This record gives sequence, structure tokens and C-alpha cells, in this order.
Amino acid sequence: MVKRIFILLILAYFCYSFLVYTKSAKETEQPTDQAIAGLSIWQSRNCQACHQLYGLGGYMGPDLTNIISDSTKGALFAKSLLIAGSPRMPNFNLSETDITNLLAFLSWVDKSGKTAVPAEKVTWYGNYNIDNQ
Amino acid sequence: MNSLFKSFIGFAISLLLLSLFFGIIAALAFFKLDYFTNIMSFEQVRPFHVSAALFWIISGAAGSILYYKKWAFPDAKQYDQFSIAFIVIWVLTILTIFISYCFEQYGGREYWEFPPVLNIFILLAWICLMISFFGTLLQSAKDKPLYVWMWSTGILFFLFTFIEQNLWHIPWFRNSFLKEMTIQWKSNGSMVGAWNQMIYGSAIYLMVKISGEESIAKSRKAYFAYFLGLTNLIFNWGHHIYNVPSASWIRDVSYGISMTEWLLLIGIIQGFKSKLEEREKFRYLLTYKFLIASEFWIFLNLVLALFMSIPAINRYTHGTHITVAHAMGTTIGINTMILLASISYILKMDEDKNKRMRLHLNIGYWTSQLSLLVFWVALIVAGIIKGYRAITLKITVFTELMEPVLKVLKVFMYSGFVLAIGLTIICWIMLGHLKEVLRGKDVK
Repeated sequence: MVKRIFILLILAYFCYSFLVYTKSAKETEQPTDQAIAGLSIWQSRNCQACHQLYGLGGYMGPDLTNIISDSTKGALFAKSLLIAGSPRMPNFNLSETDITNLLAFLSWVDKSGKTAVPAEKVTWYGNYNIDNQ
Repeated sequence: MNSLFKSFIGFAISLLLLSLFFGIIAALAFFKLDYFTNIMSFEQVRPFHVSAALFWIISGAAGSILYYKKWAFPDAKQYDQFSIAFIVIWVLTILTIFISYCFEQYGGREYWEFPPVLNIFILLAWICLMISFFGTLLQSAKDKPLYVWMWSTGILFFLFTFIEQNLWHIPWFRNSFLKEMTIQWKSNGSMVGAWNQMIYGSAIYLMVKISGEESIAKSRKAYFAYFLGLTNLIFNWGHHIYNVPSASWIRDVSYGISMTEWLLLIGIIQGFKSKLEEREKFRYLLTYKFLIASEFWIFLNLVLALFMSIPAINRYTHGTHITVAHAMGTTIGINTMILLASISYILKMDEDKNKRMRLHLNIGYWTSQLSLLVFWVALIVAGIIKGYRAITLKITVFTELMEPVLKVLKVFMYSGFVLAIGLTIICWIMLGHLKEVLRGKDVK
């Protein structure tokens, strides 16, 4: 009996994983080569240690999911921080190409959706209604 | 042979000490920016802290299982050569990870901050562990107690989720940011469930051994809790990504499954009275003291997790320090306490009647428990303030948003220092005891 339930749950795990891999996300804009290079820099410079994307990551600096489309910040603001650093962020001495690629990556992330969920998107039973499928 | 396994336990304790040390440095780097930014900035310190903590948990869990396997199946072939291969590859890989951090080589993914090429060796080590564990298991009797099921589940699902964690290397997964984010947190969430299965399995094993009652690992209630835990491992990871605009059925499934954990909470409350009686019986046992501490933290963190799993509440808690409270509350309060119980049992510390050692352990124990409570509450308060200011007051300027939060985080930092002292006392005594054991006062 225990064995059967165990096997059933393992099968459920694989079926659910397949569903998640193939049906969970809408087809978003394909990343440019610059965005992919930017992802590489994001990872090799360990940006997630301090920053969040969709609220996931470190707590030292702000969430950067929508920094590019934020009317009070935007790409120029992000670029100036990347060039000079700030009292809370070291200057990583990135090259002009690295900065351009990193901004392309953040721009690609920005286009995928909004990190903040507006109050009107909360349903009567406490879930969100933000399906982008 | 036996000393290699014991040394591995010592290696795991050293990782805990390293994690505490870098936790203190990270806190200082967070608050004393002007001093630390040019020496060792936060993003350089954090990987040391996170990796040491992560590998303390996994090494402690795997090391305990390798030990208990011998005790649980003494007549079966042990496949020791694969256990040794696991230990050697695992330890060397972890050392390489720390060396890579010294040269600022990162992988830049949550939990897995080291260069991804090292994942190959972690995978290789894990396969060796699997051959050793399942090889022994296949030769043993058919009717397995619950803790064996839990160890098997943990070891197997660690492999699945570890492979899943690395799917981003394939462009098809990486080229959709939402898909990549969803799978990354699916695997991370389920992997936590996997090592929890390994650790909780050891907790049940210890309770069976302490009480001498095999029925603990055979009751219908225990099996029900196990399957509920496994179902949650598979389906409830969605609370990490409620705000990611992926398909809504992921949220529905995760929300629904998470709510089944209320049953576990009811079970804990129902069992409270019998726990009090049990506590009276075993309170003098060191192993039991750590186990009972873990049960207290399971209760608190389960309540927190249940509320965080409701999306309407998660809207306020996500990306705040409440998430950190949950992560640290579970890794320190639950996982670390169970692993310390396990290590004290393996080293047979309850047989040591040295009063001075017991007194020091008690000081370490109560210092860590009380400071952890302050540490945990401070994080929750910090998270509530951040959530309120970000969602209700809609403050978007980060420095303005964080101003009152930082004041509360200072309480978190100071309590963290005290917590580190408490746990260091415990680790130091355990390492001293291990040294004695390795010198020849061996316990088989």
C-alpha cells in the first residue's frame, strides 16, 4: 500500500513537472543576444545577492524587476548607478558593453510582467487573478 | 573507516561554524557599508554564509543517514566504497566552492551561488550516496519503517530537484524568463522538502531509539503526515512565485495544497498533551532536548508558513524579511536542532556524565533558543513594516522604504550575534567530544 502511494506520487511529480515546463508560462519576447550576455553578467557578478527579481533574491538593494519601465527611475538611472555605484553599491568597474548587456537583460525581465500585484487582482478567496496565459 | 564517517560529521559541524562566522561578517557588511564596501562587500560575503549553511544542512543530513543505515541494516552489505567516494568528492567540491568565492567566481543563483561547473561533482557525489544507500536497502527485509521511506524520499527527490535546478543551461528553458523563474523556484522549493524528508526521517529514527517504541514509525497517523509532506513537497512550491505572472493554476494548486498543512498543525496541537508527558520522561537526554526544541520551531514556522501561503497575505510578506524569518527559522530552529540531536546521538554524548560539559551545553542551548526567538520576531516585525510601507503606503524610494526597517534589523543583528555565540558553544563542545572519540574512546 505504502509503495503504491509512493509510486503514484512520483508519477504525479513527473506529470506535474511536464505540465509546468510546457504550459506554465506565456510565450514572452525571446531574449536578444545582449540580454543573454546580460544574464551572464547578472550571475557572474552575483547581483541576486543584493537585488531581487519578482521579490526573490537579496535584501540589500531594491527589487529590479521593473526598474527600466519605472517612470521615476528608468534605464538612465540604472546606467548611472552601474557606472558610479552608490553608498550602498560598490562600483564594479563594468565595461560599456557589460553595462549595455546588463540593461538589455533588465529590459527583457521588465517586459515579462509586473512584480507588484494590485489590490484589485486579489480574488474573493484570497488568490490572485494575474493569469497572463 | 568509522573514523572517516565521524570526521565527516566534524566537517558538517565546521560548516555550521563557518556559516555563523560569515553570518556575523555579512551583518556587519550590511550595516557598516563605509568600512566593508572596499574590503569585503555584502555580495562577496553572502555566498560564503549561504553555501556554508546549505552544505551544513545537507552534509549533516547525509552524514546521519550514512550512520543510521549501518545501525538500521547491520546484516546487509554496506557498499562502503561508495560512501567513501561520496564523502571525498563532496568535501573536495565544497572546499573548491569556497576557494572559487575567494577569487570572486560566482554562479549567481539563489542557494547555488558557485560556478555551475561544480554541480557536476555534486551530482557525482550524490549518485555515489544513492548507490550506497539504495544498494543496502535493496538487500534488506521488505517491511521498511517510516524513517527509511523518508530517507529514501529525501535522497531521491534531492536528485530530481538538483537536476531540475540545472535545466536553465538548456536554452529552451532559459529563453522564457517566466518559465525559467518558475522552474528555478519549483526546484528550490521542492529541494527544501527533500532535505526536510531526510532530516525529519532521522528525527523519527531518534525518537524510536530513545523511546524504544517501534510503533512511532509504523502508525497510520505518522504515514499520513509523511504522505501529506510528500504531496506538499511536490505541489506547494508555488508560494515562492505567487506574484510571477505564470499560469494561474500553479497558484491554485499551491494554495490548495498548502492549506492541507492545517491538518499537520491540528495534529501538533492535539499531540501537545502527550508531548508534555513524554518530555517529563526524557528531559534529561541531550538528544531529546534538541528534538523538543525543533518541535517548538516546527509549530511557530508552520503557523507562519500557513499565513504566507495565502496569496492575499503573501502580497504583503513576499520579498520582505518575513520570508527571511521563515527561511532562518526553519534552517536554524528545525533543521539545525534535529541535526544537533542526531550528532549528539551518534557521538553518544548522553553517556558522558561530565557535569561541566552539561552545564556549558545548557548555556549554549538556552542562549541559542532565546536569541533565536528574538532574531525571528525581529525579522517578522521588520517584514511587517516593509510590507506595510511598500504595499499600503506605496513607498517606492528604497532608502525611504527601508529607513524604519533598518532600526528593527539592528535588533536582528545583535540577537544574531548572541545566537552565533550560543551555537558556537554547542559546536565547540561537540567537536571536542568528537576529537575524544577519534582519539580512541570510540563508540561503535
